[in-house]
Amino acid sequence: MTDTTGIKAAAALELTDVRKKFGQTEIIRGVTLSIGKGERHALIGPNGAGKSTTFNLVSGRFAPTSGSVRLNGREIGGLEPFVINRMGLSRSFQITNIFHRLSVFENLRCAVLWALGYRYSFWHRLSALRDAKERADEVLELIGMHHRRDTQAGLLTYAEQRALEIGITIAGGADVILLDEPTAGMSRSESDHAVELIRKVTAGKTLVMVEHDMSVVFGLADRISVLVYGEVIATGTPEAIRNDRKVKEAYLGTTLEEAAEGAH
Amino acid sequence: MDSVESTMQSRQMPVVTGRTMHYKPLNLVRWVVWGLTVLLMAVLPLIFNGGFALTLMSQMGITIIFALSYNMLLGQTGMLSFGHAVYSGLGAFVAVHLLNKVGAGELWFPVSMLPLVGGLAGAFFGVLFGYVTTKKSGTTFAMITMGIGEMVFASSLMFPDFFGGEGGVSTNRMVGEPFLGITFGPARQVYYLIAAWCLVSMIAMYAWTQTPLGRIANAVRDNPERAEFVGYNTQRVRYLVLILSAFFAGIAGSLSCINFEIVSAENVSAVRSGGVLLAVFIGGAGVFFGPVIGAVVFVLFAVALSDLTKAWLLYLGLFFVVMVMFVPGGIASLLMMQVPLLARRQLGKMLPSYAVGAAAGLVLLSAIILTVELVYKVQVDSANGTAMSLLGIGFDAGTVAPWIVAAVLWAVGLVAWRAAGARVRAAWDKLHGEGKA
Amino acid sequence: MEFFIISLLNGISYGLLLFMLSSGLTLIFSMMGVLNFAHASFYMLGAYFAYTIASKVGFWPALVFAPLLVALAGALVERFGLRTVHRFGHVAELLFTFGLAYLIEEGVKLVWGLAAVPYRIPAELDGPLFTVFTSSFPKYRAFMMLVSLGMLVAIYLVLTRTRIGLVIQAALTHPEMVEALGHNVPRVFMMVFGGGAALAGLAGVIGGNAFITEPSMAAAVGSIVFVVAVVGGMGSLVGAFIASILIGVLQTFAVTLDASLAGLFGSLGLQVTDATPLRSLWQLTVAQVAPVLPYLLLVLMLIFRPRGLMGTREG
Repeated sequence: MTDTTGIKAAAALELTDVRKKFGQTEIIRGVTLSIGKGERHALIGPNGAGKSTTFNLVSGRFAPTSGSVRLNGREIGGLEPFVINRMGLSRSFQITNIFHRLSVFENLRCAVLWALGYRYSFWHRLSALRDAKERADEVLELIGMHHRRDTQAGLLTYAEQRALEIGITIAGGADVILLDEPTAGMSRSESDHAVELIRKVTAGKTLVMVEHDMSVVFGLADRISVLVYGEVIATGTPEAIRNDRKVKEAYLGTTLEEAAEGAH
Repeated sequence: MDSVESTMQSRQMPVVTGRTMHYKPLNLVRWVVWGLTVLLMAVLPLIFNGGFALTLMSQMGITIIFALSYNMLLGQTGMLSFGHAVYSGLGAFVAVHLLNKVGAGELWFPVSMLPLVGGLAGAFFGVLFGYVTTKKSGTTFAMITMGIGEMVFASSLMFPDFFGGEGGVSTNRMVGEPFLGITFGPARQVYYLIAAWCLVSMIAMYAWTQTPLGRIANAVRDNPERAEFVGYNTQRVRYLVLILSAFFAGIAGSLSCINFEIVSAENVSAVRSGGVLLAVFIGGAGVFFGPVIGAVVFVLFAVALSDLTKAWLLYLGLFFVVMVMFVPGGIASLLMMQVPLLARRQLGKMLPSYAVGAAAGLVLLSAIILTVELVYKVQVDSANGTAMSLLGIGFDAGTVAPWIVAAVLWAVGLVAWRAAGARVRAAWDKLHGEGKA
Repeated sequence: MEFFIISLLNGISYGLLLFMLSSGLTLIFSMMGVLNFAHASFYMLGAYFAYTIASKVGFWPALVFAPLLVALAGALVERFGLRTVHRFGHVAELLFTFGLAYLIEEGVKLVWGLAAVPYRIPAELDGPLFTVFTSSFPKYRAFMMLVSLGMLVAIYLVLTRTRIGLVIQAALTHPEMVEALGHNVPRVFMMVFGGGAALAGLAGVIGGNAFITEPSMAAAVGSIVFVVAVVGGMGSLVGAFIASILIGVLQTFAVTLDASLAGLFGSLGLQVTDATPLRSLWQLTVAQVAPVLPYLLLVLMLIFRPRGLMGTREG
């Protein structure tokens, strides 16, 4: 693994030789990654490389077969998703995962209730909880969905749902945000819009992003890791990755000339 | 498993649970509905003061509490339970034993507060059984509730001290000193007791939907995975909801104990559990007052209709299956679909088509009823001969004539239904096309 | 000793009957994701159809035609009922079959009346097959075992040796793919549902006269069948087989045992008297507890191993 940056910030998220087997097949074959506080890190790679699986391992959907995952220095491998979330990590999903029968506002309010400490209360009146309302409205403004405040989430357009997805992810105030293909299925203009939104809402936070859209990646990321067949083959700044030979091979394969060149 | 909401989705009007109401007409509707409910509860027994009417209304009150408690699980949290009668029934048993102790002079306890004890008993069993059942969700949860329900029912013969053996446990509600002249002997006093508890329970359960737990329960229903990822232990949420739901079920159970003065294994049976599921589904699990409607309809079928015909359970079953197939959101969803029309004052435009639909439906209904009653008479009830009457018209089931009438009704009904359905759909689409413009 | 053998054989024949029922349920669930609450209702229909046919033309035609009638009923239910509800999701399908169970029970009461009907074992199959000392093993029980085993073998052969069986096996796990390959998957579903119903119906034909044919028979056997299916593992025929035999034998033996915890304590020197707390609990005999055992097993299985003995899917 070639790391050409040398950033030595405190690691917000650290994966050490993480492996995951499903039955006999090892999908994640030893991923080691260190993401600093406040860093914007993109995870790219060909289809089936294991990017979503890595996310799932970090966010608690799966437990790693071996290896360690540390959030702000604390081990989170194998913990339940809600435990990890309470420790300050939040994620979005590739396939939109919202509360489709609740309104947009209610979606956001649900996302903040635990963070504000209301837990399982059945003795507070929701409408009287000012801090929850204000925070939800704040995020509503941030994601630019104010005009759809009371619309049922299931009735939103695709792009609006993606925006809500991001809103739910950041509403709780987690400081490590995982975004799984946030611009999937979007047009050029929608993607640009989404990038601006992501930049705004993750200011000051640690962001790890799985993306296929290279313009989004190169526009947002401080550093990029390339995942191929469950292993990280390169980590570095966008420039370094762009010029990395192994990365090119992984994506494009070698041409006859390059192979000939390599032979010299 | 697919969340329950996919069956409840009203296709035309967003059924938004519990958002703060900004839409004025809807807000007004809410107050009107609550006000009307209180008014009706207070006044109905004065209008219909026959013994039968009181029985009917008392049972409706009890069933409303039971159904609303069930919907805390089904409609609010997406938990399909086949064993909810366990909580109401066990609450009833605890209540009946307490009542007997009061009657024997061993304890003092006001009869009017008995439902509180039943509720706490229900909650206790909710804590006990719920710990086991809520470990899993979805279809597995449904299966476990069925298993526990059957287990409790099957064990009713094993513990005769508690369950009273085959005959159950009977009691007398007229115990203790009369308070302000109230002895709970007359049926009307019992009705008002039930109505009071029903109102209190309805308000409490509605208020619950406006709390953090209530809203998170909705979130867990819609997307349990997402709820986990915003910091909530969905298993804990479901457990807590079950305990609260069992509390209200216990209230319903103890009111049943007071009303019927007997509690037996039937109170924890799969029949009861199935009945409340039917009631809630028919009424509509997606709206708060759906189960109220369902409870009223269910009691009408089970108590009123059962006097008119032995085939009432068949009719209920048919009604249920038709609802599942064509109106999964229940009666409430049908009503809710009319609300935006009402708001836009366009409901009048739909009324002609609705009337045609109703007429066609009536023909089809008479075909069904005639056929069922004819078959019933011939197959089951022929001991007394085959003469029978419906709506005052007498005829002989042994002759061919009524069967031909039935066949004709079927033919006409089916054709009329299809035509009316197309007409209603066309009128609806036209209105909604206009609405958008 | 002879009692043990006879009871074992009885238990196995009951277990095989349960297997006929649960195999259909498992197949339907595997392929269509539908938990068919009305499955035991098809069992009941089989018994009633057989009774009517047998009282007109005899048992042997009933053995052939009653299951076919039930298969037809099942196919119609699938085509006009389930398919309509399919778009609302699995829960709606489950509720539909739930309501269907009510309907079928009421329908049966309507047509055949409330009392049990005299559906009898045919004379040629009546009587003991062999007698071990004083206990006898009825001919009919052996016949039941024969039919069940024959059915088992037939299903196995159809699923593994015929083309349609292959399609069914594939559609069990990948229905969309199979449809993409050009097979008429809805028709396959209808066949599987009808086939499962036929199996239940056949079980009804041979079980109805051995036990009892009355409107509550569906409810009585229905919950046990669910226990078997879940304990064995939804989606596994082998698991359903093991669980059926296990529960069949368990039930048959349990009702004969008069041992109780009080007896156990007694043999250890501890007497349980009327004054002992929870007296009724200790004095319960195994026979009295027998009805609860399958459900206890179900609950324990669902908590500790929700995919059942051999299941591949969790509900």
